[in-house]
Amino acid sequence: MKLHEYQAKELFAKYAIPIQKGVVIDRPEQVDGLALKYPLVLKAQVLVGGRGKAGGIKLAATAAEARRHAATILGMEIKGEKVRRLLVAEAAELGAEYYVAFTVDRAARRMAVITSAAGGIDIEEVARTTPDQIVRSTADPFLGVQSYHTRQLGRRIGLSGSLLSDYVGITTALYRLCVAEDAELAEINPLAVVAGRLLAVDAKVIIDDNAVYRHPSLPKNEELTELEAAARAEGLSYVELEGDLAIIGNGAGLVMSTLDMVAYFGGRPANFLDVGGGATTENMKQAIEIVVRKPGVRGLFINIFGGITRCDDIARGIVDARPPVGMVVRLTGTNEEEGRRILQAAGVHAYVDPEEAAQRAVTLTAGAGRQ
Amino acid sequence: MSILINKDTRVLVQGITGYQGEFHTARMLEFGTQVVAGVTPGKGGIRVHGVPVFETVAEAIPPTSATAACIFVPARFAKDAALEAIEAELDPVVVITEGLPVHDVLQIVEFARRQNVHLIGPNCPGLTVPGQCKIGIMPNHLFMPGPVGVISRSGTLTYEIVAALTRQGIGQSTALGLGGDPVVGISFTDALRMFQNDPQTAAMILIGEIGGSAEEEAARFISAHVTKPVVGYIAGRTAPPGKRMGHAGAVISGTEGTAGSKIEALQAAGVKVATLAGEVAALVRGVV
Repeated sequence: MKLHEYQAKELFAKYAIPIQKGVVIDRPEQVDGLALKYPLVLKAQVLVGGRGKAGGIKLAATAAEARRHAATILGMEIKGEKVRRLLVAEAAELGAEYYVAFTVDRAARRMAVITSAAGGIDIEEVARTTPDQIVRSTADPFLGVQSYHTRQLGRRIGLSGSLLSDYVGITTALYRLCVAEDAELAEINPLAVVAGRLLAVDAKVIIDDNAVYRHPSLPKNEELTELEAAARAEGLSYVELEGDLAIIGNGAGLVMSTLDMVAYFGGRPANFLDVGGGATTENMKQAIEIVVRKPGVRGLFINIFGGITRCDDIARGIVDARPPVGMVVRLTGTNEEEGRRILQAAGVHAYVDPEEAAQRAVTLTAGAGRQ
Repeated sequence: MSILINKDTRVLVQGITGYQGEFHTARMLEFGTQVVAGVTPGKGGIRVHGVPVFETVAEAIPPTSATAACIFVPARFAKDAALEAIEAELDPVVVITEGLPVHDVLQIVEFARRQNVHLIGPNCPGLTVPGQCKIGIMPNHLFMPGPVGVISRSGTLTYEIVAALTRQGIGQSTALGLGGDPVVGISFTDALRMFQNDPQTAAMILIGEIGGSAEEEAARFISAHVTKPVVGYIAGRTAPPGKRMGHAGAVISGTEGTAGSKIEALQAAGVKVATLAGEVAALVRGVV
């Protein structure tokens, strides 16, 4: 779960990480009477990246200019996400800009710290063009990140004196935040020198979805579409895609390979629903009802390999749901005979071979498109 | 031979009294696995399918000589269960549970590394040695003994591919599900090393998916150390970036973790990569 910049900064404040002072507003007229000194910077609070390039960050020298920018940005959509809030802060004179982040290193199976004296720009760009500017290390989860670790990192990016001591405090606290708040990413870019001190000018935090239950006081940022929310409420995993053929399968890998197979035969998946292992009749019925609700869906392909999942349960769910679009079912595995019999009685043919079924689903959907 | 487990493996099931734990204990017993002990705090003294249940792993081991652990404990208690099994040096420790917080997994992985215990999972289907032992939730009837080692990040896709192998009369030495989380214990590379050293295994199948760089690392290892033939399949060729495709670990972040990069790396290492899952068995037939 991504946090907005202002939410991440509230979290930073809790761990005594110094942040640029700001106020969150949701109406343009709120810029009047803010206890902040001009010039101001107005930043759109959205979860998608690239807000600066999209015009979501503006400087204002006067109150009139601030109101005008606030009105513009608050009316914007950035990559499909409506801007509901602005963070307004004093546009400080930035000195040197640094970068520091903790992130899950899948290969090392540890938290990695990435830091650089080349802050303020896209770190992936820095990694590509000047990799020697990037310093990396990993944290032992039992030892944690101690001050001597961050002092070594600070030295390696050229810090000394009071800036080094600021860096040690901030970076050590940032790791503490990661562990205590279950962050899978915590990033400060830039970590900038303002009036001789290091300050988190921007903040990015992603909380591990699996750990959200441990943090009831954290905000709930819903990035889900209506159908994604409906699927999650049923305990099903659903992803929205661009095409016209709805896809249901059991198991993430099998569903992904089903999407690939459909694309291989020229079809365009509309969505992706994984009913999971051991899906019941009710799960299956709900799954069908969810995927066909997506506008523009013209066909449905169900690909089930019954392992833990029983084909007869699946077949009952399919018969109960009666989808309103053309459907192709591939069903094999545990209790296959019974599943096949149930479908046959309802006039539904079940394929055994997945590729044959995928081709049929693609043809059927293309035909439905021409009507 | 096989890797990690065999007919002598004695399994302790943590969370044996839960819905999943009880169900899959019965399936493991049917398969022929020696399930010798269960542990559920608060339920010590009862039996589940004839298997004695204990309060702690420490109490369960002496009377049962358990050697390996299978964990069905719910996500919020799974870290404790895994650390308990690892401290007791049960090996392997197989974590079936889905939904563990990543910081919990980092601790489990680190502790397993220190204790020299093989950790499999979390969020995995376990592993199966046909005719000898199964730990986890793979369906019993798909397998037959033989020369092919199967390593996978996905459960059902493994079943699909194993079923096709068995239909064509190609048996398996061990089928191993690594788990669908971003951070897991045993990696493709670890498993390839074990299969390379296993005399029964003549060829390996690597079933990967988008997200992370485990397949690219495996490709580097294959180039340097693997002499047995490897067949690959990567799910998620058409997955859009930034979306988690069902598994927590199946996500393309920026330019990292694409199917294209994995396929290219594997092919450069001499791995035959199937375009469709249905082609895997035929490619294997060509090399064993």
